[in-house]
Amino acid sequence: MDIKNLTIKDALSAFQNKEFSPDELRSEFLKLIKKENPKLNAYLEVFRKAGPASPHPHSAQSADLRAMGDPQSSHPLYGVPCAVKDNILIENTRCTAGSKILEDYVSVYDATVIKKLREAGAVFLGKTNLDEFAMGSSTENSAFGPTKNPHDPSRVPGGSSGGSAAAVAAGLSVFALGSDTGGSIRLPASFCGVVGLKPTYGRVSRFGLMAMASSLDQIGPITKNVYDAALVLNIISGQDKLDSTTAPKEVPDYTYGIDDSIKGLKIGVPKEYFALLSEASGEGEGKGLDDDVRNAVNKAISNIKSLGAEIVDISLPHSEYALAAYYIIMPCESSANLARYDGIKYGFSIINKLKAPIGKANRGSSISRSDIGTKNLLDVYLESRGKGFGEEARRRIMLGTYALSAGYYEAYYKKALEVRTLIKKDFDEAFKKVNVIVGPTAPTPAFKLGEKTDDPLSMYLGDIYTVAINLAGVPAISVPCGFVNKEGNDLPIGLQIIGKHFDEATILKVGRNFENN
Amino acid sequence: MELSKKEIEHIAKLARLGLSEAEKKKYSKDLSGILDYFKKLNEIDTKNVEPTSQVTGLAGVFRKDENSHPIDPEKIKKMIGQAPEREGNFVKTKPILVK
Repeated sequence: MDIKNLTIKDALSAFQNKEFSPDELRSEFLKLIKKENPKLNAYLEVFRKAGPASPHPHSAQSADLRAMGDPQSSHPLYGVPCAVKDNILIENTRCTAGSKILEDYVSVYDATVIKKLREAGAVFLGKTNLDEFAMGSSTENSAFGPTKNPHDPSRVPGGSSGGSAAAVAAGLSVFALGSDTGGSIRLPASFCGVVGLKPTYGRVSRFGLMAMASSLDQIGPITKNVYDAALVLNIISGQDKLDSTTAPKEVPDYTYGIDDSIKGLKIGVPKEYFALLSEASGEGEGKGLDDDVRNAVNKAISNIKSLGAEIVDISLPHSEYALAAYYIIMPCESSANLARYDGIKYGFSIINKLKAPIGKANRGSSISRSDIGTKNLLDVYLESRGKGFGEEARRRIMLGTYALSAGYYEAYYKKALEVRTLIKKDFDEAFKKVNVIVGPTAPTPAFKLGEKTDDPLSMYLGDIYTVAINLAGVPAISVPCGFVNKEGNDLPIGLQIIGKHFDEATILKVGRNFENN
Repeated sequence: MELSKKEIEHIAKLARLGLSEAEKKKYSKDLSGILDYFKKLNEIDTKNVEPTSQVTGLAGVFRKDENSHPIDPEKIKKMIGQAPEREGNFVKTKPILVK
């Protein structure tokens, strides 16, 4: 059986036609992961035993439904394997967030999205790699080594949900969950040539997602096509009393009408998205738009036009300020959220190091046993956090703490929140004229491992097209729109389709029409 | 703008991060570059703009004041059990006030 290209729809119909069973499919995936994951490092942990991680197909309830002949009616993802980003909790399994500070942390409960997927019958294959605490655009900030891009292993998969995107792109899972704070689903989807959807803020519960920037974080699906993204969104959406920011809105069936024509739909193309200098001619100096990306996205726009949609030139005048506003707001919120990792309650702690017998955990460490009695509370904080967090996490904690500190709050944080208002207004105005907005997901295709690790700002610039969407809270999807050849390898490019608040249905429809034609 | 070593040490202490001398130097350079980039926002006049801290439009989301989320004792054990120092169902810390 060829499982690499299997979509959710394929898997469900294969189960129905008794081509293979969920159990058989699961063990085929485990074999494939064992063989191919070492090359990619997409999974940090694989659930080899059908234990607490993937019990559902064996539960009494689903057995009864199977006996009734139609398990899928109430278990819409019955037996479908999925991968989960390792910042989303699955009860009784490790959840590291890609950080040394949570290396041995075990989840005590299920995230709401996991509970929902469980009830829908999905099977969890394992946890995927990410930039530490989802902070990064390349998955190189993981404490457990970078993930490689399946299209060219010398390049990054994008980040921070790089493990999830690489797993789906390499066919090591049918679908995956990611999280997106400033592009962390869409950017890796673009770099890996898969579909990635960031829902409207408030559409999907964040309960059980490790908080990075709470006013921006959203969980979403990474899938092989747009239809599958709609199927997963159906399951994970909805109000949750455990996340008070979820909207009290009904969840439609996102597959309904997804194949309808987009004739007459108004598609906005922001002039600011294409005003960047050309990267290839060298004028961009790392801040520009790659010519191949520009061409591929322009071609995608003419394809959408040929399907009967109307292309409308629009302006999002504050686009160029989104990145600076984002890189103030996000670290501020992150520095507050990451305060909980203190070496006292759980996770990496200097106290454990001090308690360990000499020669074991203390090997190579500068701490001597005689320190144990003399450490005060502040030392426990300073050393646990200083040694537990990686470089980028510490950089953002420092940045956020600085921007929120007395004397700087108004100049940075408040200013950024004001600019956020203007950015949101830009989208509100644009959506009075158009149904969706399209543009590139990223200014370049996947870059080389190590290319940007020494220059944090150049790494941040890769998020130029994605962060404004999180600031405005609107939904957006990245859909593959072609390849460019770089050094003999075909690298995927993503088209970003942005929608109105809670109008995922329309961006899914445009994406579906585009991928089918 | 260059952040001084003293400023970096002050921020690191506020953030409860222990940094080595080499790290202090590195973050001073990194943060200064990023803060320079933030100056871009000063190009926009936001005198009459209200700040936006969240976009849901939801406000005052309350639940009933009752125990709506009971946690079973086994879970409490698993949670507390991950603390490096504990006594029964309590997490133990170093004293905050020292004579």
